[in-house]
Amino acid sequence: MADNTFTIKIITPNRVFYTGEATMVEFNTTEGEIGIYRNHIPLTVIVKPGVLRITGEDNREAALHAGFAEILPDSVTILAEIIEWPEEIDEARAQSALHRAEDRLAHKSDNLDVFRAEAALQRAMARINVLK
Amino acid sequence: MASMRDIKRRKSSIQSTGQITKAMKLVSTVKLQRSKQIAENSRDYFDYMYRTVQSMLSKAGNIDHVYVKESECKKKAVIMITGNRGLAGGYNSNVVKLITKSELPKEDLVVYTLGKKGREAMTRYGVKLAEDYSEMIDNPEYIDAMGLCDELLKLYKAGEIGEIYLAYTHFKNTVTHEPRLMKLLPVESEETENDSINDIPMNFEPVEEEALDLIIPKYVTSLIYGGMVESVASENGARMQAMDNATSNAEEMIDKLTLLYNRARQGSITQELTEIIAGSQAQA
Repeated sequence: MADNTFTIKIITPNRVFYTGEATMVEFNTTEGEIGIYRNHIPLTVIVKPGVLRITGEDNREAALHAGFAEILPDSVTILAEIIEWPEEIDEARAQSALHRAEDRLAHKSDNLDVFRAEAALQRAMARINVLK
Repeated sequence: MASMRDIKRRKSSIQSTGQITKAMKLVSTVKLQRSKQIAENSRDYFDYMYRTVQSMLSKAGNIDHVYVKESECKKKAVIMITGNRGLAGGYNSNVVKLITKSELPKEDLVVYTLGKKGREAMTRYGVKLAEDYSEMIDNPEYIDAMGLCDELLKLYKAGEIGEIYLAYTHFKNTVTHEPRLMKLLPVESEETENDSINDIPMNFEPVEEEALDLIIPKYVTSLIYGGMVESVASENGARMQAMDNATSNAEEMIDKLTLLYNRARQGSITQELTEIIAGSQAQA
């Protein structure tokens, strides 16, 4: 392997989602989108819904919804609560969830849980973006 | 001596019990394989989760965070994971004992039950019960754990409960299961001196306090989920063992009864013969 790669490991509560060598991985965090190369400083970040993009021996994308990541110089470990490959996503459902969330945010009622609606919106958008 | 008919009847009843226990054993063996797999698959995740949270806590030091500091509220919530069904040896009662024999004062407890057996026992014990979550345990999903966790954290943050415990059965291997009572919140950091992960200066984004706020709910959820899958695996393991014992006991009893039956049969034949001979001699 070339010396610009690092190990990426994505674990969910049910399975090891992905392991492999990568040159870069990108995802969305609470502090904004980040891209990680080898020799990153040790860092722990919290995931926000978005697209996870792995560049390396195989280029893959996935919809990453929640969890956190531990970044070390030669490895990245993502503890994902919810993550899906594009083929696992039901597009029609994601679209309808998107509309529902948009609707809810547009017509704010008093008992609306804005935080939840926003989270749902972000999840739906992550799913749709991955499919594109 | 019991009559032949009695022995025969008893034998056939034991035989059918034995058949049932044997079938149950087979079913739980299959279920065990599956639940064991799930429990093992999830272990990686919890190890990492635990390590990360511990390292965060050791870095953050004595911060004044709601999830870390002692609460003034005396109420203690216990999430109790048992089975929905019995016939699993000591599996259910061990978890019950864990709570009844613990030092937690009975009047301060609020029990969240996952599993009907635990709920029944807690009703008898006479503690305050929260809602029933028994259906979750049939097929543990991470989403379920998230929901339960959200609810508890809301109460915890509102100051309505001061501590959260988890009572579950740890699945060591197929034959050893260990009931455990674990404190979820406030989080206690373990004092490990030679922790290798602490050698790496880890940075946090956002800073520790905020990161804790976001990670602790995930940590609690993962522990609840872990408790669920481990308990299910333990339940099936315990049931398999219990049914295996029951089956071999039944076989042993059948062997004994067969012996008794044959003896009785032989006795009756001998008796009949003696009677016939005696009868024919009297006629001659």
